[in-house]
Amino acid sequence: MALPQIKQDATDARLAALDMPKGGWAQAAREDALARVQAMGLPNARDEYWKYTRPDTLVQPDAPKAALLESDEALIFGAVDRLKIVFVDGVFSADESDDLAMAHVSIDRLADAPDIHWAKDVYGVLETRGQTPVHRPLATLNTAFASDGLLIHVTGKAPKPISLIYRHESEVSDAILHHVVKIDSGAELTLLENGPAAARFNKCMEVEIAGGGTFHHVRAQGRDHERRAATAIFTRLGEESVFKSFTLTANGVLTRNECVIELTGDNAVAHIAGACVGDGDFHHDDTVFITHDALNCESRQVFKKVLRNGATGVFQGKILVKEGAQKTDGYQISQSLLLDEDSQFLAKPELEIYADDVACSHGSTSGAIDEEGLFYLRSRGIDEGPATDLLTIAFLAEAVMEIENEALQDEINSRVEAWLSRRRG
Amino acid sequence: MLEIKNLHVQLEEEDKQILKGVNLTVEAGKVHAIMGPNGSGKSTLSYVLSGKDGYEVTEGSATLDGADILEMEPEERAAAGVFLAFQYPVEIPGVGNMTFLRTAVNSQRKARGEEEMSATEFLKVIRAKAKDLKIDADMLKRPVNVGFSGGEKKRNEILQMAMLEPKMCILDETDSGLDVDAMKLVADGVNALRDEGRGFLVITHYQRLLDHIKPDVVHIMADGRIIKTGGPELALEVENNGYADLLAEAV
Repeated sequence: MALPQIKQDATDARLAALDMPKGGWAQAAREDALARVQAMGLPNARDEYWKYTRPDTLVQPDAPKAALLESDEALIFGAVDRLKIVFVDGVFSADESDDLAMAHVSIDRLADAPDIHWAKDVYGVLETRGQTPVHRPLATLNTAFASDGLLIHVTGKAPKPISLIYRHESEVSDAILHHVVKIDSGAELTLLENGPAAARFNKCMEVEIAGGGTFHHVRAQGRDHERRAATAIFTRLGEESVFKSFTLTANGVLTRNECVIELTGDNAVAHIAGACVGDGDFHHDDTVFITHDALNCESRQVFKKVLRNGATGVFQGKILVKEGAQKTDGYQISQSLLLDEDSQFLAKPELEIYADDVACSHGSTSGAIDEEGLFYLRSRGIDEGPATDLLTIAFLAEAVMEIENEALQDEINSRVEAWLSRRRG
Repeated sequence: MLEIKNLHVQLEEEDKQILKGVNLTVEAGKVHAIMGPNGSGKSTLSYVLSGKDGYEVTEGSATLDGADILEMEPEERAAAGVFLAFQYPVEIPGVGNMTFLRTAVNSQRKARGEEEMSATEFLKVIRAKAKDLKIDADMLKRPVNVGFSGGEKKRNEILQMAMLEPKMCILDETDSGLDVDAMKLVADGVNALRDEGRGFLVITHYQRLLDHIKPDVVHIMADGRIIKTGGPELALEVENNGYADLLAEAV
């Protein structure tokens, strides 16, 4: 079916502004993705899946300008022993990165991986699976045009986290990165990500986790106020595997984080959590789709948003329990703390269940600061400002505590504290 | 020390008078108990003194060492020396008990223009005080009141009181939800803080708490007023005969 003319034009304009990297093992996947994105068209405001978030600035040919943040606050995760890999405006920086070598892990750049590569079985494959039943054209665009990214193969327990640091030096950079992570049976990796990446950032990450594999992911999207990002995680979990991902978002004029999770092996566990703090011109969208397609799997979605000065938070989260996915345990909570009457939270929780022996719960709330808690803290001598901050940290706690590593929890909490105290002046 | 004169209070949201002329003076070094039937205004008095929103003072005054506390924000009252041990302590997930207490202690010190307590000093002091209240290291680390039993929550209130060293301690039904052993522990904590410079206002339904925290003065409150004041024997009278006789007398 032909696309509506307006969508066709917007898609053509965007594609015309991009160059597909040529050659290598990924060529076929890229060409397939190009054909798919041409067929589905890039999103516009009329798409149901983009009802609460305007995609136009994510789709337009050039990235809108985003001023660089001047801040003397040190970058997050500085105290963590990790393998550092730096991207500047979406381009790998060998000078600033550690050697791409660690026990039980192989790391290649997408840009220069050899022609025969394991990633061929994952690159674009999980992304393609994630296009049903809802199209995610920005991720498909990413598969076709990603200019850089990492291919990480984990064969055992990684001795320390891999830490991806994204720096933003150009006010008009338009980065498209695509990472592929493959966790072998029984292997384990923690991946950290932080930094504003680019004026506009399109990132896709595909994570294939084999039976008994474990993947921890802690991400901090912060700093620059005017940056835009559309990110997508596609993951498929084998038997008894574990996927746990947490994202903190602070600042950014527009962020859409999609996560598509397929539980295909019995007894697998997937947790996806997010905390965001937004002030003023801030729009943050978490869109999650979890498919239970095996026995006795557990999924948890915990999303908390703190919004002030007219900031907007969006949550679209769906749990699909397929026929036969008995003993599914699904939990979903999305909550906002609205610090004033100008901010808004838009939530669309969905459950679609075709098995009869499952437990799925979901809840969504919006509220103000708890007056009882505030009085309790003030009655102990804590001023209203710091007391409100403590209660805000308390509000985010359920999401932050989804991070298993306590030191990483502390890193996140200290960032939130600093963000809040800057706003008190 | 604490002087309450002709205090009239109504709920802000509805035109309902709760306190109808309370007169009460608590001297330094003394323990005053307030007993009374449900709905008599006991808890309201404690909230009004500590500065909770939702109440409007329509007449009268309350001063601590001559300073008008009703004009102060709750945190200013705390720094001036008012402490309320809550009937229902609030749970604060994600905020460690120690962090909370250190923030409170140092906020008060800062407000009074005193030097803040260092982390090391704080740790030393809190460990000693926690030990007396049988509060273990784990409870100090856990988020404020989250997952605490009823008894643990009340002990935690007393620990806060011990750390903040207020001049005027108001205990709002601290005995509610406590078994005999827990009540004894809490009472011991309170007794340890009895001091010439410190006043106590102990609000309770029952005589039993007063077996452990011996009051100097007992007040009976009904329908927003103190209707009778006496010595410890007044509490025993209530225990034996209930409030009915006293209420009849007051009319």
